[in-house]
Amino acid sequence: MNIIKRRYILRFPPQSGDKPLSYVLVKDYDIRINILRAEVMPGKRGSLLLEMEARKSNLEKGIDYLVRHNVECQPLDKRIRLNHEKCIHCGNCTAVCFAGALTMHPQTWELVFNKEQCIACELCVKACPLGLFEIDFRDDL
Amino acid sequence: MSVLKTYSEINEKIKAGKAVVLTAEEVSELAKTATPAEIVQKVDVVTTATFGAMCSSGAFINFGHADPPIRMEKIRLNGVPAYGGLAAVDTYIGATAESSGNPGYGGAHVIQDLVDGKDIILEAWGKGTDCYPRKHIRTRINKHTVNDLFLFNPRNAYQNYNVAVNTTSKIKYTYMGTLLPNMRNATYSTSGELSPLLNDPEFRTIGIGTRIFIGGTQGYVVWPGTQFHTNRPKDEKGVPVTNAATLAVIGNLKEMSSDFLQAAFYEKYGVSLFVGIGIPIPVLDEEMARRVSISNREIQTSVLDYGSPGMPKLGQVTYEQLRSGSIKIKGQKVRTAPVASLAKARTIARILKEWVQKGDFLIQEPIGMFPTNASLNPLKEVDIQEGGTR
Repeated sequence: MNIIKRRYILRFPPQSGDKPLSYVLVKDYDIRINILRAEVMPGKRGSLLLEMEARKSNLEKGIDYLVRHNVECQPLDKRIRLNHEKCIHCGNCTAVCFAGALTMHPQTWELVFNKEQCIACELCVKACPLGLFEIDFRDDL
Repeated sequence: MSVLKTYSEINEKIKAGKAVVLTAEEVSELAKTATPAEIVQKVDVVTTATFGAMCSSGAFINFGHADPPIRMEKIRLNGVPAYGGLAAVDTYIGATAESSGNPGYGGAHVIQDLVDGKDIILEAWGKGTDCYPRKHIRTRINKHTVNDLFLFNPRNAYQNYNVAVNTTSKIKYTYMGTLLPNMRNATYSTSGELSPLLNDPEFRTIGIGTRIFIGGTQGYVVWPGTQFHTNRPKDEKGVPVTNAATLAVIGNLKEMSSDFLQAAFYEKYGVSLFVGIGIPIPVLDEEMARRVSISNREIQTSVLDYGSPGMPKLGQVTYEQLRSGSIKIKGQKVRTAPVASLAKARTIARILKEWVQKGDFLIQEPIGMFPTNASLNPLKEVDIQEGGTR
């Protein structure tokens, strides 16, 4: 069985609160979901960071379903940017990354960014003294 | 018989391209199998380095005179205030000065922009005098248009520095980075066994006049740094276990590179400047060989609570423990993170090693030694009577 696990940022249109979308993902497409971060403002758009684990074909169908219901669905790593070229490997971002996505390589002491571990908490955005991180979680960014 | 080497003997070997140079990390590794007596025979120079945020940094600039001339009494560089109390067209721009319109941009950014060859908007005002009639000027400058442009940092290269934690329930934004509540992280800044003043803790070879790597070029130690302190708690070998001695350093900004000089902005703290400094240490005798062999396992530092008033000390750890990824404080395992770049410090130590090996960099014996008994005064608040003494 080809089970894969991916993190997506979902953006919901203002009037989508009445549909049990995550229930459908679980029930109809057999996707294990894990909500890592959510921001829902009544009457406005909502954002959700969702880890989805399923067979590849089910995951694709589930995402199709979301898109059909006007939910924007983008892989998390497309929404996070680090300007590696300018990084000085000071380590300030690793101090705040409790998810363990940002670590120092134990031999080279250069920054290692494992986006699969990221939970889009955005603490690194402010912690980086060079301002090298960009994360688009909310739709106002 | 123990080996003794003089500065001139070491410099002759450097000029002949025969000096044996190791980085401080390499010599610490060598010391696992070699005695100090063997190291002093084998090794002539050890290179040390650090690349951390050093707030007490800044640059002197002489703009040259305009026609008609102005006595600049209020000066802005890209909106960042520079000192206006220094003759007509001299100024000092401090790294931590901030632009009033753009708080994330400060003196450090002006300095980096100058190093990168970018144009800076200079605006200055004067009251107008008989010899300097002009009252205002607004123009562009860059590192090629100004006469003098040199970095002069009153306090850099701390001998050792504390580990910062936060025991409160609120996040704290500090120059030691973002400190998570309830001791969820600990940050440290020193490059450990690679750090200059930890390899010469009694300042036998580092003093006034020492030639150094600074910001990518050659510069000098000019004075003990501000807040120079020799009476801090030390371990049994005389190495301080908290922040202690510092260096005042100077170098030509026109020759520097932003690879080794980097402006920084810390959330809810302000602007600072990462400065790359490398210092060569001549292995004059067994004692120096023993000093430069110091390892992260031996170097200790103090863990302070940056969240509580007075920053109480919570413990003492080694750099080996800090580098392992976690330390134990009051029974709690706390994740560690550096806030200064060891990768950059290693690059600097390597470059300095190459300079010395190639004969491009000679070791300068200090022309003045640092004080051996210096401590700090706190700032006392005293009652000031209105209309009292001046």
